[in-house]
Amino acid sequence: MEQLIVFAILISLGYFFGRNAEKGHYKSIIEREQTWLQLPTTSNKNVLGDDREIKQCKLVSGNVVISVDYFKQILAGLRSVFGGNIQAYETLVDRARREAVLRMKESCPGADQIINLRLETASISKGRGNQIGSVEVLAYGTAVFFHR
Amino acid sequence: MFITNTEQIPGKTITAFHGVVSGSTVRAKHAGRDMLAGLKNIVGGELTAYTELLQESRDEAISRMKSQAKQMGANAIVNVRFSTSSVAAGAAEIYVYGTALSVE
Repeated sequence: MEQLIVFAILISLGYFFGRNAEKGHYKSIIEREQTWLQLPTTSNKNVLGDDREIKQCKLVSGNVVISVDYFKQILAGLRSVFGGNIQAYETLVDRARREAVLRMKESCPGADQIINLRLETASISKGRGNQIGSVEVLAYGTAVFFHR
Repeated sequence: MFITNTEQIPGKTITAFHGVVSGSTVRAKHAGRDMLAGLKNIVGGELTAYTELLQESRDEAISRMKSQAKQMGANAIVNVRFSTSSVAAGAAEIYVYGTALSVE
């Protein structure tokens, strides 16, 4: 009985806080993506459409570790019985990727382009009996600064 | 030291190749932080402790790679790649590698 109560508390905590956190996060991601629209980011290896002289270029990166909440973990566990899309994890990695790219952009104010963008995903909680559904995303690229 | 993850450095000419350089580090966070992360896992959201941990270890790996390149007499590293693996619970191995060059 006690276990059941703890389980119910964990699930409801996860449901309410997790939903709030995700909503808030998406809101801030969308706002910040709007402000960073003027910085073109490509996965091309060359500078795109600009023959101005290059002043400087440097490696920039951004990373984030996000975990899924308890409610969604249970949901995903159920889903893996029946098969199909696990939306809980889809939004998790989507948020992580967009956040990592934004952090990368925020780390180089004044850059004109970011080229050769690479994204790397790692699960850092392996070997823990699959207890933690957390994901790490690293975004890195080369920031190019032009002469004005 | 110029570091990029493209094959060339835009706007520079390569004068000499020095070969592959790399740096790696394995780090863990202290148990208190680990427990906090476990709690955070109930409500979801960002695990700031781990984000910092990985950021610090990446900086460390890059600085090791840089010092190796300096020893070789290079002044640039191109084609830098990162790779992450978890060797144990709560610890992460960061490996970074690239090609050392002289440019002007």
